This record gives sequence, C-alpha cells and structure tokens, in this order.
Amino acid sequence: MKIETTKVDEVIDSFGRDLSQLIGILQDIQATFNYLPREALVRVSERMEIPLSQVFGVATFFKAFSLTPRGRHQINVCLGTACHVRGGTRILEQLERNLKVKSGGTTDDLRFSLESVRCLGCCSLGPVVVIDDDTYGRLNQEKVSKLIDQYE
Amino acid sequence: MKIKTREDLDALKRQGLQSLYPHNPKITVGMATCGIATGARKVFDALSEEVGKKKIDVVVARTACIGFCQKEPLVDVLSPGGERIYYKEMTPENALQLLDRADGAQIPDNWALFRMEGEENLIEDKKIRYVETQSRKGNNKIPLYEELPFFEKQVKVALRNCGFIDSEKIEEYIAKGGYYALLRVLTEMEPEEVIEEVKRSGLRGRGGGGFPTGVKWASCRNASGEPKYVICNADEGDPGAYMDRSILEGDPHSIIEGMIIGAFALGSHEGFVYVRNEYPLAIEKLKIALTQAGEYGLLGEDILGTGFHFNIKINRGGGAFVCGESTALMASLEGKVGEPRAKYIHTVEKGLWERPSNLNNVETWANVPAIIARGADWFSSIGTEKSKGTKVFSVVGNINNTGLVEVPMGVSLREIIYDIGGGIPGDKMFKAVQTGGPSGGCIPEELIDLRVDFDQLTGAGSMMGSGGMIVMDENTCMVDVAKYFVDFLREESCGKCVPCREGIKRMHEILADIAAGKGKEGYIELLEDIGFILKEGALCALGSTAANPVLSTIRYFRGEYDTHIREKRCPAGVCRELVTYSINPEKCTGCGRCVKPCPVEAIVGQKKQPHGLDVEKCIKCGSCLEVCKFDAVVRQ
Amino acid sequence: MIILTIDGREIGAQDGWTVLQAAQNVGIEIPRLCYHEALSSSGACRLCSVEITTKRGRNRIVTSCLYPAEEGLDVQTNSEKIKRLRRGLMELLLARCPNSNKIKDMAREMGVTEPRFRLEQEECILCGLCVRVCQEISEAKAISAVNRGIKKEISTPFYDLAETCIGCGGCAYVCPTGAIKIENNKIRLGDKIFKELSPEEVKKVEEKLEKGKKPIKKE
Repeated sequence: MKIETTKVDEVIDSFGRDLSQLIGILQDIQATFNYLPREALVRVSERMEIPLSQVFGVATFFKAFSLTPRGRHQINVCLGTACHVRGGTRILEQLERNLKVKSGGTTDDLRFSLESVRCLGCCSLGPVVVIDDDTYGRLNQEKVSKLIDQYE
Repeated sequence: MKIKTREDLDALKRQGLQSLYPHNPKITVGMATCGIATGARKVFDALSEEVGKKKIDVVVARTACIGFCQKEPLVDVLSPGGERIYYKEMTPENALQLLDRADGAQIPDNWALFRMEGEENLIEDKKIRYVETQSRKGNNKIPLYEELPFFEKQVKVALRNCGFIDSEKIEEYIAKGGYYALLRVLTEMEPEEVIEEVKRSGLRGRGGGGFPTGVKWASCRNASGEPKYVICNADEGDPGAYMDRSILEGDPHSIIEGMIIGAFALGSHEGFVYVRNEYPLAIEKLKIALTQAGEYGLLGEDILGTGFHFNIKINRGGGAFVCGESTALMASLEGKVGEPRAKYIHTVEKGLWERPSNLNNVETWANVPAIIARGADWFSSIGTEKSKGTKVFSVVGNINNTGLVEVPMGVSLREIIYDIGGGIPGDKMFKAVQTGGPSGGCIPEELIDLRVDFDQLTGAGSMMGSGGMIVMDENTCMVDVAKYFVDFLREESCGKCVPCREGIKRMHEILADIAAGKGKEGYIELLEDIGFILKEGALCALGSTAANPVLSTIRYFRGEYDTHIREKRCPAGVCRELVTYSINPEKCTGCGRCVKPCPVEAIVGQKKQPHGLDVEKCIKCGSCLEVCKFDAVVRQ
Repeated sequence: MIILTIDGREIGAQDGWTVLQAAQNVGIEIPRLCYHEALSSSGACRLCSVEITTKRGRNRIVTSCLYPAEEGLDVQTNSEKIKRLRRGLMELLLARCPNSNKIKDMAREMGVTEPRFRLEQEECILCGLCVRVCQEISEAKAISAVNRGIKKEISTPFYDLAETCIGCGGCAYVCPTGAIKIENNKIRLGDKIFKELSPEEVKKVEEKLEKGKKPIKKE
C-alpha cells in the first residue's frame, strides 16, 4: 500500500530526528495513518539510520502501536486493580459481546478498536472507559452499551 | 522577560499573589483527570459562560486535584476577606447558584465539604489567612479543612500546591515560594552542599526502590563520563497508583525546579521526563510549564542569569509497564525496546548511552525544592527513623474516601483506611489491603496496625512501593486477586529472561486452573517453587517481585486456596466457573428487567411471575445481577 | 590481578573479566545456554547464575556472565540454592521445548526429566545469540526479538525476507537448539525459509566466532 512518505518525513523532522523520541515519532505517524504502515517504518529506518529490525522490534514491543488499521474510535477499558474490583472485566466482556471483537481487535467496519489498559488514574470513578479523548466513569454493563451508540 | 535577579522573581511573585487572591470573588473548579471524568469541564464552561454573559465580577479559575477524588467535581469559592468554601459533587446547575452566593445568597450547607480560613505556604513556612478580621465568623456547620478526617492527618509536601494553584500559571507557583530554592542553589550554594543537604534530609526514592537519593546523587556526581543525564521517571505503571499523574497535572514546576537543582548538583545539562503514554493531560501541562519556565529564563541557557544551562525534554512512553524499570526506561530512550539489563554496574556510572545517569521518580523530584527551602533538619523531623518525610498514597478500591493522601511516614494502615479513608462502603468487612502494586502483597486485618514506611511492610511480605493502596472487602476473592496481578505481569513482562517469561506464564496457568476448579494438590507448592526461581533468578525487579502477590495471598489466605482446590468452591463468589447464578422466586417480582440484557437468553418467565434462569445456558456475565432492583438474582 | 575465590579455590582474574571468564580460565565449568565468548553477554537464560558474597558481606545470586570479577569475591557455583535454581530453569525450558535434544540433555544432567507443566512445542529458547551474531559479527542486523513477553519471538522485519541479510548463517551456527537451521543451503527459522547461504560470508563469520573463543589477553 502506497503512503505519502513526505508526511513521515515531516513527523521525523518535527522531532529533530531525535532517537530518544522514537516512540513519540511512531505515535505521531500512527496518528496520521491510523496505524503504522510498513512503508512508514521503512522510511523511519532510512531517515533516522536505525536498522529496520530495530524499528520493527520497537513497533511490536509497545502496546500503543498497531501494524494493522485501527478503528475510527479507540475504546480503552480500564482494567486497573481498582476498576477490576469494581467489575471492569465485565465491562470489557460486555463490549466484546456488543462489538463482536476480542480485546486488542478492531471491528470489521473499522468503527471501533477495543483495548484494555491499566490504569488510567481515575480510580475513584471505577469502572472507567475512555473512548477517544472522553473519559467515562461509574459505568456498568447497561450504561456502557448505550455509550458506544454515540460514536459513529 | 527573563528573570535575572531576586527582584525580578519578586515582581512575578506579586503577580501570582494577585492571581491567587484577587480583590474580587474567585470560583475555582478542580480540573484534573479525575475532575474532568466526573464532568468538571461542563461546570467550568457553565460558570465561564455565565460570568462572561452577565459580566459578573467573579474570577473563574482552574486547579488540579486536591486529593479528595471521591467528591469530584470540587468547586471552591474564595470571597475577599472571607473564607474559602469547598463544594462537592457539583453540577453545572448547582455551580451557577454559587455565583449568586458571591453576592451573598444562601447555599445549602450539605453542598459544602469543608472550609478554609487560611492556606499554608510550605516553602516559605507561613500561613496566609483569608479571613482578615476576627469579626467575620465562618460558618461553623461546615467543618474546617484541618478538622475533616480526610485531611486532618495529612502533611502535604510533594502535593503542597496541588489543588491550590493553576498549574498553567507559573506566577502562581512562584507566589507559593516556587523557584526561590533554585535561586538560592544557583547563587549561594556549591553542588556538594546541595548533595549534602539532600543526603542529610534522608530522602529516599519514592518510586518504590527507596534508595537514598543523596547517596545516588553523590555517586553520579563522582562517576566519570560526560555528559551526565538527569531523568524523571514518570512512567507510573502500578495499577491503582496515580500520585505522579496528579503532581504532573497539578504542580509540574515542582518537578522542573527539582530537576534543575539536581542537574546543578550533578553537573548535568540534559534532562528527560519519560511520561507514560496513557497520561495525555499530564504531558500537556508539563509542556506548558516547560515552555513558561524557558520563557522566563528559569530553564534553558543562562538560567537566572547565572550561566548555568539545562534543558528538559519530554519523552512519551509507548504502553509498557516494564519501562518504569530504570534500565528499560533508558533503553527506550536509546530508541530500543524496553528490555532491562543487569545492574551490577549501576546506572549512575553507566546509564543512558553508557554515561552517568541519575534517575528519580516524580514524587522524589517534587520533594527536592521543599528540602532546599526548609532544610534537611525540617524534612528529617517528619517520618520515622529510617523513612524520612512524607509519602503520597492513592487509596482506592472498596473504600469510602477514594483519593490521594500524603501522610508522614509511620502512619498506620488502620489510620489511612479508617480515619482518612472513611472505612469500607456499605458496612462491608475489610478483608485485605494490597500495597506496592504488582511487586507487593496483600496485608490482612490482623496486620492492619503496621506502620507504612520502607521497612515494616516488607517484613509482612509486601512493600510500600510507589504508594498504591487498594482496599478490598469481603466480596473479594484472594485467588482472583493473585491471578489478576499475574495476568498483568504476564502481559507486561519484556520476555527476555527465562524465569519471568516462562515462570509467570506457568503461574498464570496454575492460578487459572485453581480459579476454574481444576486445581490439584501440590499446586500451591508448585507456585512456591516458581516463586523461588523468580526471586532468585529473574533479571529485573519486575520478575523478582512477580511472585509477591501470589505468595502473600497464600501466606494469609491459604484457606481460600484450599477451598478452591479441594471443594472446587469460591467462598467470595467471584471465580466465574465456580459460581452459579439463580433467581430467588421469593424476591422476584417478574418485572422482566433481566431478560433483555441476558446475551444468551437464559432467562424466561411470564410477566409478574417469578422468572427462571437456565443454568446450562448461563455464561455468568452478571448482567442480570446488575439490573435487578429486588436482590432477586443470587450469585454463589 | 584480581584475587577471588571460586568454589573454595583462590584464583586470579584480569581487570575487566567477568566471573564466568575467570572461572573458565581455570577450567571451572558453569552451565549456560545464551553465552558465547565472541559475543556480548545478555543474561537471558540465567543458567550461569552463581551465589556470591562480596568482601563487604553482601550475599546474593548473580549471573556470572555479567558480574565483574572483583577483589575478595567469594563465588559458589554449585550451592544448594544454585542447584535448585538451575533445576527450576531447566524444568521451565523443558516444558517449553520438550523435543530439543540439547535441552533434554542439559535437563537430564540436572535431574529433570518430567516437567510439571503443560508441554509446549517450541524450538526457540529466546537466548538471543542469533540476534547478537547478526548485530555484532556480521553486522547485518537483519533479525531482532519481536513482540513482548510470552509472545516474544525472533524474526526478520515483517516476517519477510530481510534485505540486509548477507547469508552468513551465523545465526544457525550459534543456535543451541537448532531452532534456526540450514536446510538445502538456506537459512530456516521455524517454518519460514530465508536467505541462501553465501560461502564467503559463512567462512568469515565462523572464523570470527571461533577466534572469539580463545582466552582474552589484556595488555
């Protein structure tokens, strides 16, 4: 799949080709394309003079990165200890049933990507779910099912 | 405008004081992540809009987390010459009524959480009184901040400014004494003096390791190699811990000032703050603070006109708990995967890029300006013999007053859970408190008088760790808790060494079997064997402490494990495969609320007749239990 | 010259040597899987663990491939703790790779034959030797450790033919379990078959690896 490598170059340059910012660079690239395309990683390897094997290793090591296209909306279900004792796992399972994907997956229509995270630091409000930039607390299975309807 | 003299700093301080305590009434909304998640933004927007529209003479301001997260959104009203009253669980509608109060209208007392007659300035060791004259008596029906059980025993050092300033306004940080410690360090002190002061204070790392900070700084200063690096570990990963996030959002300058002081002491000119990927608001606030500090000449080239230069970069994490380990963090900064390495040669000698590197946790850095300002003697007068100062704890789980608390080291678990935390909700029984995150363990009721410091909890099989404190009630299954932590570590292990990668995997298999009723005799001993291999054989602290949650629950809750293994039963009614759902015909009204949510159509019944639950079809998701208003669904 | 004690024997070590090198130098054998004299040490397998007590009295278990030889160090290579640790490690490895002859032999020597865990069917023990050969000897940097934790595996970028691979076969040469092998003159990792071997590169890398095995001489 062809991508615009100029966009990749822009991101790399905005970080000054700084190796210590590799994760930040990959995150901005992922934000641009909604995932990390192969060509983008090849470009990063070339322009930053890092072996491709190292870039690929980093891209697969960190949970933030996806090598396959993600959904339009990111759902992050908090499974931190506090949310866990308040039923966070059941919230995740409810969403898995509703969206027919397992945690870590993306719906066929690319509407949602479902992921679990620990922890978001909103422990007083557990169970917590973050959809894109919106944080929702004090949820239960019924509420969370209604919640996702708001997202196209 | 670059600050070059004390007078310059004083001028900015005056601006900050005016901003903090304006001549007109001020309404402040708590807008940290916890506040925003409960709707604080809507409250803030409603207030701002109304004030703008009607041209009301009120300042609408923003602050971060004061620690009482359970009661968010918190809004406080400061009337000039009058008290400061804090209101809890505010909605936009209620908040608008507060605008009227600024004009003197009555607000229901039960909206208020507490009031303040004055405010502490820890750095300058003085109290600012809001209420100028004695004649203006406060509303005695509202408890004073100092009398509220949640705050009474707290001593805020690291959290000194959180909830009291707008972290996007550097002048407010300066008004509370900020950057004066740095001024003193750069103009009056030698690097060795700074290190000596930190050593004498007894400050120990707040990230979990507890290593004496002054000793670490001294080793780094004495190490050979240039350049030297200063790093702030903001990769707070323990589930349930969010004190670092609160300091980053609420008082980022305390970290910046601390790091510059440290850099001067060590002879470093390059700093990094490695922030967890999941903290976007914290990153944003830190960016703003760094920019402002640079603009005022407090960071960057020629700091405060003294010629000292130091820069700080923000580096984002990528979603890996293991990067909270110092060598893994440094590997990540080198553009590599976050795999730890052996620390037989310390990172203060060979760290980032094989250069001397000093890494400290957020809370550790935040303490530094206070220590310099108030002195080592003051700091070491707080706490216990070997654990000086205070510690921030996140008290979460089955507890009434969820939030962040900062107490002197040596306060007991009982005091934190019952006095400050307000005890267990719903009058349930306390069962255990988990401290130290995935490296820690569960402390049972009989040990609840243990004092919290670096040493006491370790003897009991746990540790203080980064300060996460998860309270668990009688409905918690300790096997499930052990399985939860092992599951977490299994996903977060870097996978490099055999004990961690293979050992944690097998611990998880065993615990999953036990939780599913497939446990066998000898499984506990097998867990203990794996525990030995992890403790003695793992490459880093993630692995070497991985068995703690398992071993501590076995130690104090062995009976529960035995019940799971021998009776195939979960006494707390948690372990999915071992519980059954049923409907109590005596309580069921036949309302049918549970029928639709059931994903497998296991519930049938006539309207107004007791319904039936098909156990064969039931997948134990708990949806029916959640919606039943009559306690008719039974899980056992 | 650094003087330390290994298993009761007083031995000398050069500045910069690890405990393992000091032991090897006098013929004391310490088991290991992820170590090669010509490559940097990783400390991944933990089998070379030894029990040490420093001059100051601090006692702990460390990996000898990385711990620097130091004056007055007391090293036990076969204490009860170490034996228990090694058995445990081999049990875990045997459960992962039950069909590997190398693992089976090593385990048997330590008295481990039946793992108490569910058997997997892996061949790779993730020792990382192949990656280090590729990084440090041939410098092709064609393979790396990919994914994290229990999903960790060795692979080329995108599980595809690596452009930078020079066909030296060093990876197969050092692989202790044969998870990487040469098949019909091609390098095979799992069920993926990669580059054809290049005879000159093979010769070069084997020479360098063998040269590294000679004892270190320091000026």
